Amino acid sequence: MKKILLAGIASALLTFSSLSPASAAYMKEHRGGTMRLLAHAAAGTLDPHINYTLQYWQIFQSTYDGLIAFKKAPGAEGFVKVPNIAEEFPKPTNDGKTYVFKIRKGIMFSNGKELGVKDVVASLQRIFKVSSPTAGGFYAVIVGADKCLKDAKNCTLEGGVVGDEAASTVTLNLTRPDAEIFDKLALPHAAILPADSPTEDAGSKPIPGTGAYMFSAYDPNKGMTLVRNPHFKMWSEDAQPDGYPDVVQYDFGPTEEAQVTAIQNGEADWMFDEPPADRLAEMGTKNKDQVHVTPLTAWWYLPLNVNLAPFDNIKVRQAVNYALDRKALVNLFGGPVLATPVCQVLPPGFPGHVDYCPYTKNPGAKWSAPDMEKAKQLVEESGTKGQKVSIIVEDKTVAKSIGVYLQSMMTELGYVADVKPISPNIQFTYIQNTNNKVQMSVTQWYQDYPAASDFLNILFGCASFTPGSDSSINMSGYCNKDVDAKMQSALVLGVTDQDAANKIWADVDKMVTDESPAAALFTPKHLDFVSKRVGNFQFNSQFYWMVTQSWVQ
Amino acid sequence: MTDIAFNTTRKSRGPWATAMRRLARDRAAMAALVLFLMILSMCLLAPVYAAWGGMEPFKSTLDATLRINGQTLNVMEQSTEGLGLGYNPIGPTWEIGNYFLGADNQGRDVMTRLLYGGLNSFIIAGAATVFTLLIGTTLGLVAGFFGGFIDTVLSRILDILWAFPVYLLAISLSIVLIAHGIRIGPIIIESGSLWLPIFIIGIVFIPYVARPIRGQVLSLRESEFVMAAIGIGVPSHRILLRDILPNVSTTLIVFVPLMMALNMLTESALSFLSIGVQPPDASWGTIIQDGQGLLYSRPMVALAPGIAIVLSVLALNVLGDGLRDALDPRSKIKLGRG
Repeated sequence: MKKILLAGIASALLTFSSLSPASAAYMKEHRGGTMRLLAHAAAGTLDPHINYTLQYWQIFQSTYDGLIAFKKAPGAEGFVKVPNIAEEFPKPTNDGKTYVFKIRKGIMFSNGKELGVKDVVASLQRIFKVSSPTAGGFYAVIVGADKCLKDAKNCTLEGGVVGDEAASTVTLNLTRPDAEIFDKLALPHAAILPADSPTEDAGSKPIPGTGAYMFSAYDPNKGMTLVRNPHFKMWSEDAQPDGYPDVVQYDFGPTEEAQVTAIQNGEADWMFDEPPADRLAEMGTKNKDQVHVTPLTAWWYLPLNVNLAPFDNIKVRQAVNYALDRKALVNLFGGPVLATPVCQVLPPGFPGHVDYCPYTKNPGAKWSAPDMEKAKQLVEESGTKGQKVSIIVEDKTVAKSIGVYLQSMMTELGYVADVKPISPNIQFTYIQNTNNKVQMSVTQWYQDYPAASDFLNILFGCASFTPGSDSSINMSGYCNKDVDAKMQSALVLGVTDQDAANKIWADVDKMVTDESPAAALFTPKHLDFVSKRVGNFQFNSQFYWMVTQSWVQ
Repeated sequence: MTDIAFNTTRKSRGPWATAMRRLARDRAAMAALVLFLMILSMCLLAPVYAAWGGMEPFKSTLDATLRINGQTLNVMEQSTEGLGLGYNPIGPTWEIGNYFLGADNQGRDVMTRLLYGGLNSFIIAGAATVFTLLIGTTLGLVAGFFGGFIDTVLSRILDILWAFPVYLLAISLSIVLIAHGIRIGPIIIESGSLWLPIFIIGIVFIPYVARPIRGQVLSLRESEFVMAAIGIGVPSHRILLRDILPNVSTTLIVFVPLMMALNMLTESALSFLSIGVQPPDASWGTIIQDGQGLLYSRPMVALAPGIAIVLSVLALNVLGDGLRDALDPRSKIKLGRG
């Protein structure tokens, strides 16, 4: 998932081991008040089946529920899945292709209607009817999904989703075993909404949910307001705990500079955007108790187009990997407190991750220093010296700085390199489309859910490469049949033995790293800056700061 | 008698000499000229300054070091206080050739980039001015002299260009052309080339020159000497070049510094928006943008080019006013939409 999209973290457990978990006793004395959040801009539609941004997925945690949920707990415990609207995890039958979910009774939507089987069935159909961005990627495994993808309006998921009102069950039939189906059902794109929800993008009009809070106002040009859901009665503290503030007021507009100042002055409680680089030192000294830094399961990387010269030559791709001064890149991002150099695809602490770094002065587990001599030798052997290379970056401070550094590095390697900063609004789709003939770019990927496939299969699987499309997330155009077959075997094995599957993923990670369809730069960390009055700050690995689990009084 | 006649008869000065004399007496204009020439000379010496200080103005030097008072320091400094957040470039050392104005976020010497940036800004502003004057004058001369259908077509084209707010048009053209450059038959301008902003800025200001020139030519065409030339069958191109062009030359000369100033501002704005000069090249606009993210910690990165732009544009405007007063004190030449 792209930077602005959902992310998670890996080893936050250590950071927050001293904090009380969400499931700790609710402290009534802190209940009440208004939590004031700031962001430079809104993040589009409020429709949970369509919105694909971290900014709103974080908010949706308190407003919507799925059959399954990621545990509302701090740190890596947030990766743990718990039953939510489903009473319990169903046992897979039919060779891992069928799941029967028992639906909880007594759960109320914020409009006062009780959630029932028909709502679950309609919600799963709605994923396709509204053409959710992950309908084809995550949910195509459901029987009948192929028809729904072709004819969204008339989607029934016939044979795929079967409701039984009397038994209060919903049966999910898959076309093949999917080890990650529970992860996918725990995402906001699979939130359970009222059956009569509109079958098109709800836009700025909130759809009733079952969470502890509901949207009472939303204007993308001004802000949004969340208030307590009057019909909410907690059924699972792990899945949907009650919150502390009575109101969450999320205002849009102020620049990052203004957001930092507002928090320092106690006029706001938290900012969504990354603080500007020139305020970091000040924040880290004057406001250090208000800063929370947490590692993420994400990576910044350079997709190298294996179908275009000079990167169609593996030696050139490896040369880039050897030449990268990852320490310098980490510094451009804000220093070692905010990022860690990496050489491989899977982030540290992620399922399947085994430390591996062949592209360093002393190859081994960790990166130590660039090997420019080796890089120059590889370029010499490739016979590509003097060729033109364009580097496409987002027109944002950090990305552009990295682009300028790369231009400098490529020039030193003997290429005629230039940097093209283009608007962040279009850069991510621009670099995916093969028609734009992008040779090299700078981008990021943040996990959707904690599974190795979300990095390796999505970013380097043959199925993710769609020439001529803006949605060809395999930006390198890398398609290795052997690697692909291995990934498929890991996906199947994961249904029965996730540990064994993770070992295969580790091998795949190594294979992909060796073939260098991309160059890993670093794993970023997340910085939350909160006001002095915010208490009980808890960072969930899956969905970041749990807004309503903190208090303001 | 002879003596008296000799003493009272003064050799008449030509119009140019008179104008230059008037200009020389205008203290403000002369001060502006000196300031402008100083800034220009410093920018022209950019390669010398870089070589002397051993600076790499276009290369990332994140691991560079410098010596101050016998101490070796890193150009990029990791914050060591509190949580250790942030990684800042070194501030001004005020030592010539040794990070005088500090470093930017790539560890590059700001002073060297300021000089190179100024050079690029002057090159773009100057070349765009030449381009605008060349095309604008030609269109103005042709439209005003031939009139009729030709005038109607050319004037409407100019009206269309005129109808767009100049920055909006420049930004639109830049956004469209910046990624792939220009490829029209044999004319190829690569996306990173300085010719691209020159072309874009040159285009958007054409009406600003062409319209006043056309107005003057319309008036000149009715003058007796032009009518006489037409009457005796002098070819049109000859009348345009020999009779009309010299009579609009003072206007063109006044336009030069004023257009330069306008072009410098436009170039800086486009580069600030990342759609002018492309990295790692520098212009004052790009350096301000680099400095934007360092405003709190290293304000000099943005301030220095800002001051340079203000001084250069001020000098050019004052010089332009002085030239206008000197060349034709009664002139109503005005650059812009008024």
